Amino acid sequence: MMGRALRIALPAALVLAIAVLPVFDPTSQVLLTLALAKGLAVLGVIVLLQAGQVSFGHALYFAISAYAAAFIGHRFGGGELVVMLLGGTLAALLAGLLVGLFVVRYRYIFFGMLNLAVSMIFFSVLEKFYYVTGGSDGMQVPRPLVLGVEVGRDGFETILFYGALVLCLAAAWGTHRFLNSPIGNMMRAIKTNEVRLEYLGVSARGVLLVGYVLSAGLCGLGGVLTAVAQGIVTPEYAYWIRSGELVFIAILGGAGSVGGAFVGALIYEFVRTYAAAFAGDVWQMILGIVLLVVILYGPSGVVGAYHGLIDRLTGRGSRVRPGEPPAPRGAGAAK
Amino acid sequence: MNAQLFALAIFDGVAYAALVFLVAVGLTLIFGVLRILNVAHGSFYAIGAYVTASVGGAIFAAGLSPWLAFPLMLIAAVLVGVIVGGTVERLLLNRIYEMDQVLQILVTFAVFMILEDVQRLVWGVQPYFEATALNALGTVEVMGITYTAYQLIFLPVVAVAVLISLRLFLRRTLAGQLILAVTEDREAATAIGVDADRVYLVTFMVGAALAAFGGALASATTSVLPGMGAEMIVLSFAVVATAGLGQIEGAAIAALMIGIGRSLAVYLMPELEVLVPYIIMLMVLLIRPQGLFGMAESRKI
Repeated sequence: MMGRALRIALPAALVLAIAVLPVFDPTSQVLLTLALAKGLAVLGVIVLLQAGQVSFGHALYFAISAYAAAFIGHRFGGGELVVMLLGGTLAALLAGLLVGLFVVRYRYIFFGMLNLAVSMIFFSVLEKFYYVTGGSDGMQVPRPLVLGVEVGRDGFETILFYGALVLCLAAAWGTHRFLNSPIGNMMRAIKTNEVRLEYLGVSARGVLLVGYVLSAGLCGLGGVLTAVAQGIVTPEYAYWIRSGELVFIAILGGAGSVGGAFVGALIYEFVRTYAAAFAGDVWQMILGIVLLVVILYGPSGVVGAYHGLIDRLTGRGSRVRPGEPPAPRGAGAAK
Repeated sequence: MNAQLFALAIFDGVAYAALVFLVAVGLTLIFGVLRILNVAHGSFYAIGAYVTASVGGAIFAAGLSPWLAFPLMLIAAVLVGVIVGGTVERLLLNRIYEMDQVLQILVTFAVFMILEDVQRLVWGVQPYFEATALNALGTVEVMGITYTAYQLIFLPVVAVAVLISLRLFLRRTLAGQLILAVTEDREAATAIGVDADRVYLVTFMVGAALAAFGGALASATTSVLPGMGAEMIVLSFAVVATAGLGQIEGAAIAALMIGIGRSLAVYLMPELEVLVPYIIMLMVLLIRPQGLFGMAESRKI
């Protein structure tokens, strides 16, 4: 019982702390908004990791929805926040469906690299067709109306932050429900043994497509929030380093649960903001080393380590949590 | 497009394909044996180029013979393969062979990130350019086009030589046979006394050296600058996937397709230059998911 209370207490305290932090430190508000937006995108990557698939191109959906929001802003004289969120996410969902129909036929390396290829194509398109997209300078995103009301800058940032927080909570809850639903369990079965899933009469591709579209939508939601919070979108949003960052944060936070996405994103954004200034030259190296350490010594990430700590405190044996790597198998075995 | 321009595009494409092939064949060899897609492969390519360009610059400035450029490339490739490749395999990769595929890719991705910054720390962000080898071979004239002999003759000859010797090595020598045996069935090979760990190490070093050799050869034709490794890993993956993972001869053909396709795009539709490799790969995989020469893998229940 104590373990259960502990397991809920800290995340709840964390959410509360995030909600009140901007009241005491207004400068942190935009940073937190960006971290939450990134957390949504990471959540999308985590959905796919449940099926054992890693995408090196999910920044694509982040960028598509961000650009969609920018276009909405330009076409409709400033635009409306709710329309941007819906329109951007819808664009990401459609793109996810289109690309998903193709990439769900592939697994592992092919899946990862095909996603990378598609995102690189989109990146080049954004750069080359500068008369539409503004090229490498990107596009301005005008501050939109909120439910038809024009809001000043400070007010808008506050609305955006609390809006993002609510969206994140809703997305985390929804994704958690999804992953524990029958279809979520089928996604995990793709990781353990796809052929058995098909013997049960389930289309593995169909299941993965549902997960893929959901993950694209989550990335899209994060993309719109980032675009609106930053006020500018650039092709760099679709660059492979961004995609790699999303995967990195997922592993850092813990790919086994939805909480990992936000914990990872908050740690990442804060460390980057405050440490990158001192270590700009070796920033990628630090990320690489941290990634190696997490994979080799704590593959369930920060959240996994926290649960492990509680297990030890309450004297419970190490129970197997969903989403953790299955038992190792021979490296040379045929798939 | 007239015949001369077309020929020029083909020459460009062949020269480029030769370089890409060297990198891709190392990638496909490592994948075939270790079953790991080595994302850090692009870094070996870049480091090979940096070592050759910086050491070459120093020794030619000291007044040594320009012909030393050729042995230098070979030495640089072997050193990078053994030192950098060997270290990565021993320290990291051999701990992860039992891991999830996703984590394996991420480990090599992490190595790639680390090596990118290592390059920047060692060689800075200024581009290096060292064309001594290119100039030493002079030019040739074909169909009224003057082209460098280095790119038109030397690079393709080297690529074909590597292809043939790799084939002979795998089929005719004991070491090659051991590599094939471990590829076929690691457990069975270990059971009859093959040291699989050693085979993995040697294969990885050979693969890394091939990538570094590609970089060393490329350093004579282009500026060596940060980011070249990232571009090359994506391109060589496109070649390997188009050919089918683990296909050595197929990689040569796919490299030609992608190399020539790309240089034709440079002359016809410059905006598409970067996209052509991906488009070729997507088209091939759409029709043959296992690649042009790959075999569909059997699935275990």
